[in-house]
Amino acid sequence: MLLSAIVFAPLIAAVFVAALPSEPVAVARRAAFVFSLVPLLLSAVLLAAFDANVGTMQFTEHASWIPSMGVSYSVGVDGFSLWLIMLTTFLTPIVLLAAWGDVHSKVKSYMCLMLLLEGCMLGCLVALDLVLFFVWWELMLFPMFFLIGIWGGPNRRYATLKFVLFTMSGSALMLVAILYLGLRQADAGEATFEILRLYETPLTASEQTWLFAAFALAFLIKVPVIPLHTWLPDAHTEAPTGGSVILAGVLLKLGTYGFLRLAIPLFPAVAYQSLILMAGLAVGGIIYGAMVALVQPDMKRLVAYSSVSHLGFVMLGLYAFNNAGVSGSVLQMVNHGLSTGALFLLVGFIYERRHTRLISEYGGLWSVVPVFASLFLIVTLSSIGLPGTNGFVGEFLILMGAFRAWPIAGALATLGVVLGAVYMLRLYKRVFFGEVTNDANLGLSDLSRRELAVIVPLVVMILWIGLYPRPFLRRIEPTTQVYLEQLERRIEPSAFAARNTSTYGR
Amino acid sequence: MGPAVGRDAPHRYLASRAGIRHCAPVMHGAEVTDTSSSILRLIPLLPLLGSVACIACSAAGNRSVARMIAPGTVLAAFAASLVAVLSMLGSDGALLDRVYSWIAISPVSLDMAFRLDRLSSVLILIITGVGFLIHLYSVGYMHDDEDEARYFAYLNLFTASMLILVLGDSLPVLFIGWEGVGLCSYLLIGFWYKDLANADAGQKAFIANRVGDAAFLIGMFLLFWNLVDLGQASLRFTDINAMATTLHDHAPGVVTAVCLLFLIGATGKSAQIPLYVWLPDAMAGPTPVSALIHAATMVTAGVYMMCRLSPLYVHSETAMGIVAVIGAATALFAASIALVQRDLKKILAYSTVSQLGYMVLAVGVGAFSAAVFHLMTHAFFKALLFLCAGSVMHAMHGELDVYKMGGLRKQMPITAATFLIGALAIAGVPILAGFFSKDLILESAFAGGHYALWIVGLGAAAMTAFYIFRAYFLAFEGESRVDADRAAHLHESPPSMTIPLVVLAGLSIVGGWVGLPHGVLWGNQLDHYLAPALAVLPHGSHHLSGVVVVLLTVVTTAIALASVYLAYWMYLVSPGKADEVQERVGGLYGLLWNKYYVDEIYDGLILTPYMKLSQMFWQVLDARGVDGAVNGIARLTGAVGERVRRLQTGNVQSYALVMLIGAACLMLVLFK
Repeated sequence: MLLSAIVFAPLIAAVFVAALPSEPVAVARRAAFVFSLVPLLLSAVLLAAFDANVGTMQFTEHASWIPSMGVSYSVGVDGFSLWLIMLTTFLTPIVLLAAWGDVHSKVKSYMCLMLLLEGCMLGCLVALDLVLFFVWWELMLFPMFFLIGIWGGPNRRYATLKFVLFTMSGSALMLVAILYLGLRQADAGEATFEILRLYETPLTASEQTWLFAAFALAFLIKVPVIPLHTWLPDAHTEAPTGGSVILAGVLLKLGTYGFLRLAIPLFPAVAYQSLILMAGLAVGGIIYGAMVALVQPDMKRLVAYSSVSHLGFVMLGLYAFNNAGVSGSVLQMVNHGLSTGALFLLVGFIYERRHTRLISEYGGLWSVVPVFASLFLIVTLSSIGLPGTNGFVGEFLILMGAFRAWPIAGALATLGVVLGAVYMLRLYKRVFFGEVTNDANLGLSDLSRRELAVIVPLVVMILWIGLYPRPFLRRIEPTTQVYLEQLERRIEPSAFAARNTSTYGR
Repeated sequence: MGPAVGRDAPHRYLASRAGIRHCAPVMHGAEVTDTSSSILRLIPLLPLLGSVACIACSAAGNRSVARMIAPGTVLAAFAASLVAVLSMLGSDGALLDRVYSWIAISPVSLDMAFRLDRLSSVLILIITGVGFLIHLYSVGYMHDDEDEARYFAYLNLFTASMLILVLGDSLPVLFIGWEGVGLCSYLLIGFWYKDLANADAGQKAFIANRVGDAAFLIGMFLLFWNLVDLGQASLRFTDINAMATTLHDHAPGVVTAVCLLFLIGATGKSAQIPLYVWLPDAMAGPTPVSALIHAATMVTAGVYMMCRLSPLYVHSETAMGIVAVIGAATALFAASIALVQRDLKKILAYSTVSQLGYMVLAVGVGAFSAAVFHLMTHAFFKALLFLCAGSVMHAMHGELDVYKMGGLRKQMPITAATFLIGALAIAGVPILAGFFSKDLILESAFAGGHYALWIVGLGAAAMTAFYIFRAYFLAFEGESRVDADRAAHLHESPPSMTIPLVVLAGLSIVGGWVGLPHGVLWGNQLDHYLAPALAVLPHGSHHLSGVVVVLLTVVTTAIALASVYLAYWMYLVSPGKADEVQERVGGLYGLLWNKYYVDEIYDGLILTPYMKLSQMFWQVLDARGVDGAVNGIARLTGAVGERVRRLQTGNVQSYALVMLIGAACLMLVLFK
């Protein structure tokens, strides 16, 4: 029951918050924050009870839902979803606390929507039934839609339209694919939408190709992978801070998680054949995202493009099809959630003070707000993957794995390490170094206690994973091995093995 | 030392599929026994804790405490280093401190582990010893800077990172330090961040180093997977070096590629062609930083790393050849730029690039102990020269143009005398430190039959003696050209600054005596000491006969002394001469003065196109390409929607009908 409790706790909390009076806003704020600690505590229990040596599903629950169609309520957790669940329950209270300075109108509704969003994301992460997954996947759109549409910036109508249009067009095709897959499973014997059993559904080669394409498209849009990324900078720029943090922190990960849980293991042979295309898009995204980030005048847009670059690393790791690459990728999903989440929060803090995100409006901030500048520096270093921060561990493993699978892609992606430093350090220089050029910045106050409470937990995690990632990796690795064995059984072995053991110089 | 592959079921499975043979671990490193000792972790931990304490001081605005803590922790680290080195010598092997398992995803298994052998022992003593002197000097130098605590936090963090770099037991742990010192260098170059030029210089250093680091990473990956295929899934130095021969037999091309990739990494950190461009700009940082980071310690990291991997390097003649050529070319190229610079710190910066070139040349000709020897003597005399420059700056209120100095010896006798000792040492005047180490490098190049490299090295030596004495004569001797304001305030620096100068001057004299030529008194003790930690060329090193050695020494010494005299003549005896020469070779002078226009070339060929391309991607591809298409589809959808809207009659019954049909279709599909 633990997983269901984790998923439904925020949903029930949302209902409670909704029932509260709208005024005074402090009540809704505090209640929502306190309620959001419940899923965090529950997931801490989950973490404590999670068996690190087991690579298969744990805490599974199974109940019939629509028996006639074989749809069930099946949930479970393994090393892939565990840390993403933790990330979600960890980020939500932070985001709610951050909203105290950021959201001033319709506070109660904002809090409700955030809790709803949390529930949907958690639902998606634990779902072991394809229909259940899809329900959460689609439900998730609504809170996000309203979060951007109501509390967003001046151009929010365009941004929400684009966000919905992109996402829906992907998921529409995925729905068709889900139904078709269920149909084929029913043909083959028992009607079920349980993901783990659909792994075994017999499909012809062309069926696999089309189904993979439909799933992959939905996930590629969500990640987002170039050239399907253009909804992201707009959505990020217009979204309120909390929306951006959750969007970058968790929502995008559901795209890469979708590949890991569905697109690749459901159709491994095709997925494997798409290696060149996907790895190419991933490497292209790393470089392209880093280049476009360099020339952004708006801080949030810069961070958004940096996400495109970072998620390129994650995709590349998934497509390495080996332990280092896949495990590194799973860790990097969490890392990106932490460091990009922190970046969005920090940008949000400064936005609250100056109501602009244009880099040119700033300069010389170090002398005005040294604490803010120091924390921003640590997060910047994490983003460029300096050893000692979380970013290094993830990138190192991903590049290591990718280099094994496809040396050229691995080597090219390693150049992303240089390009990442270029745009982040340039941002840092333009905001923090030099004389204060804009008088409006002279009176800025440094971080308040509440703001420190928001950002310090993230910085602690950044350093922890950088220095001692073992507790994290230890719980990921067994699942990766189960996953790879499962793939290996179903991909033409000679091709797969060759990719994993290719050697050089002979 | 056991390979992780054995524990790695899926990997083993995959590997066996491809028919990879798993060798038993090869125990080449067996002659070195490692004694476990947890003192090693203390050495980097002390300055690391000091750094944290200084950050707290900085936040609390308590400068005087930081001033005590920072040098104190480095002194404590020096003491710990001494204890550790003595204990290592007593144990007849190396010390190993395995702290915890850092990253373990099979077959990758990386420990946070430190190892002290004879090579790293020399380095940690230099880092903590010279580091302490420079911390002490900083107490005087930074006394009036209100950001003093932050400065000491960075300087301590740097010391900790540098110690991690040299004590790291494996390439990835070395890499933590490698990037850590890069970060501190970035922070310290841009320490006076209010001037954007400093911030730019810091950024340039970081990015140039990152280019090298990317190559370093790729080298690590290439090496690792090849070792995995040989059954040795490890990036520990002892394992890599033990496997060097096997790897060479298995895939010689890989050895060359790995060595060259690491060389690129070294050209970043140790400021060699083509990535040296950041170092001259790095002089924007406080001068003690230039002495510690950009002369004595960090910039030697690349040389250290190649020495550390010497068993690998000796297996690739190609890589060694390229290393030697890069080193010799850098030595000459940078020395030639130093000939005409007017900024004292710029002269010293190009001098550092040039001297690092000598060390890299030594690596390339297989004279690894000579590289470490020169690394050590250079740490003494170049730190000294930089600290002297800082002392001059202190007295001259930041003025660095040697043409605006002159005659400083009268007001600053200690600074002048110690600078002179440093200059004699770097010029290679006999019995001073630089003489022995530089001579050994040139001798090794000659002995290896690399006559062209020897001549290049000799040319650079001539230039070295000239530019350093040009600086000395212009700054400290002759008539004063100091403007009246500054002249009134000229003074010798306080003892906290002059004491380190005197100590370093002493080391610049006697530091070379540990490596006397073969057969003279006690001979080359350093070479003897380092021998267990360094490789030798497979064909052995060539020994020159005593007569040849003496002849070579006479030639180099004569050339050095002649150059000193030339500088004396051009800048003191007939001061007009220099301008005359300058006019006669105007084109060449312009080329040197403008540093061969390398910055401009990089700017035009790489940076500007990169910015333009990025702009183009954003403005054209993103905005018009992808979004243009999306918006087009949106408009199309809008138009279709307009048509479809007419179907929306508002009639509930027709909606119900459509829903029913839809549901029926779905049912049919699902349960046909």
